[in-house]
Amino acid sequence: MIPSLFDYKRASSAAEAISLVAEYGDDAKFLAGGHSLLPLMKLRLAAPSVLVDIGRLKDLSYITDAGSYIAIGALTRHMDVETSPILKQHVPLLACAAGHVGDPQVRHRGTIGGSIAHADSASDLPATTLALGATYVVQGASGTREIAATDFYKGFLESALRPDEMLTEIRVPKMNGAGWSFQKFNRRAQDWAIVGVAAWRGNGGSGVALVNMGSTPVLATDVATALASGASVADAAELAAAQADPQSDLNASAEYRVHLAKVLVRRALEEASK
Amino acid sequence: MKISVTVNGKTHESDVEPRTLLVQYVREDLGLTGTNIGCDTSSCGACSLHLDGEAVKSCTVLAVQADGSQVTTIEGLATDGKMHPMQDAFMQNHGLQCGFCTPGMVMAAISLLRENANPTEEEVRIGLEGNLCRCTGYHNIVQSILACAKGGK
Ligand code: FES
Ligand code: FES
Repeated sequence: MIPSLFDYKRASSAAEAISLVAEYGDDAKFLAGGHSLLPLMKLRLAAPSVLVDIGRLKDLSYITDAGSYIAIGALTRHMDVETSPILKQHVPLLACAAGHVGDPQVRHRGTIGGSIAHADSASDLPATTLALGATYVVQGASGTREIAATDFYKGFLESALRPDEMLTEIRVPKMNGAGWSFQKFNRRAQDWAIVGVAAWRGNGGSGVALVNMGSTPVLATDVATALASGASVADAAELAAAQADPQSDLNASAEYRVHLAKVLVRRALEEASK
Repeated sequence: MKISVTVNGKTHESDVEPRTLLVQYVREDLGLTGTNIGCDTSSCGACSLHLDGEAVKSCTVLAVQADGSQVTTIEGLATDGKMHPMQDAFMQNHGLQCGFCTPGMVMAAISLLRENANPTEEEVRIGLEGNLCRCTGYHNIVQSILACAKGGK
C-alpha cells in the first residue's frame, strides 16, 4: 500500500518546521518517526498534501532532570525512553510503558511526542503521561505555551494542539518512589491494548489512567478520590470505568472492556500498593 | 526527490517520489528482494532491515527518511561468500522452514544481540515480538539466536 502523493519538506529547526506548516495550512502534517502517521497514510485514511519532516531535529531528543520533573524532548524515541537510566530512576512507570509500545523495530522509530500528538486513546503513552500528571510544552508561531495533559485530549485523535503548533517537550513529575504498575491486556505481544492501565500510588496521592476505554485516554478520577477517602483497592477498582465510555469492536464488547478495566485497575493498584 | 543512501556498503544516489517506502526502494529500485513484504502494516516484521545499525520495519519508513543513512539488508550480511554467524546459526539449528520470515528474523535477531549480547531465552522471545513466523513455532528460531549469542558472535 502506497500513500497518496504529497510534497516532502525537511525542517532543520523547530522554528522552520512551524513556519512551513503555517505556510501550507491545514493540509500539512508533521512527520516524526512516522509510526502513527505512515500506517494511516498507507491505508489512505490520512492524505496530507505536505509532510514536514521533523525527524532530524536531534536537539528535540533528550531526557533531562529538571528538578521536580523530567523533561523529555518530543522526538525522543520509545527505545530511548524505555532504556533511560534517568526515567528508570525517577519515572519508572513511563519507562516501563514505553517498553510496551509496539515491538523493538517500532520503538527504534516511534517517538514519545509523535505518540502524544497523535492523541490515540489506544496508545500507551498518552494515558501513561496523563496518569502521571504530565505537562506538554508546545511551540507555535506566536510562542510557547504549556498544556496540562488533563486539558490536552479533546476527542478521537483530537488534541488541544492548533494546526500550526508543534509539541516540543513532555514534562513528567518525578514519582519520588511511589508504587506503580502498567497493565496491558492484548492478544498478541505487539498488539494495541484491548484495555490498558497506568497507575501509581504513594506520597499521599494516586493516579490511574486507562488505555482504549473511550475516544480519549481516560483519567479514572473516581478511583483516585475513593482511595484518598480510604476505600480499599478492591472497592476503588469497582469505579474504574466511571469516567470511561468504551466502544465495542472486533476484539471486545464495551461491557467486556468495562469488566476488564475493573480487573486490571485492581491488579494495578495491588501491585502499586506493595 | 534526490536521496543518497548507503546500502550494504554501496552509496546510491537516487531520485524517488517522497511517498516511496524504504522497502519498495530496496526491492524495486535497487533489486534487493531479500527483504520481504508480508503484512505491509508494520505487524509481521518480514520487511525488517537495519537503518543505521538498528532493525526497523521498512514498510513503515519512507525512503526519503533514510536519506544520508546506512542501510543493511539480508544481502549485506555475508562477507566473502561466508555467511554471517546469525545466518549460520539459523542453518545449523533449523531456524527456518519456508524461509519467508527469515530475512526479517535474522535482521531483528542481530539487532537484538547488539542491544543485549547475552539474552535469556525469555528475552529472545520478547525481543522477537515484532516478527511473525507461520511455520516454525519459533522454537528453533529462539534456539538459533541463543546459539549465536553463545558463540559470542
Ligand atoms: S511487511 Fe513490514 S511489518 Fe509486515
Ligand atoms: S519459516 Fe515460514 S514463516 Fe517463518
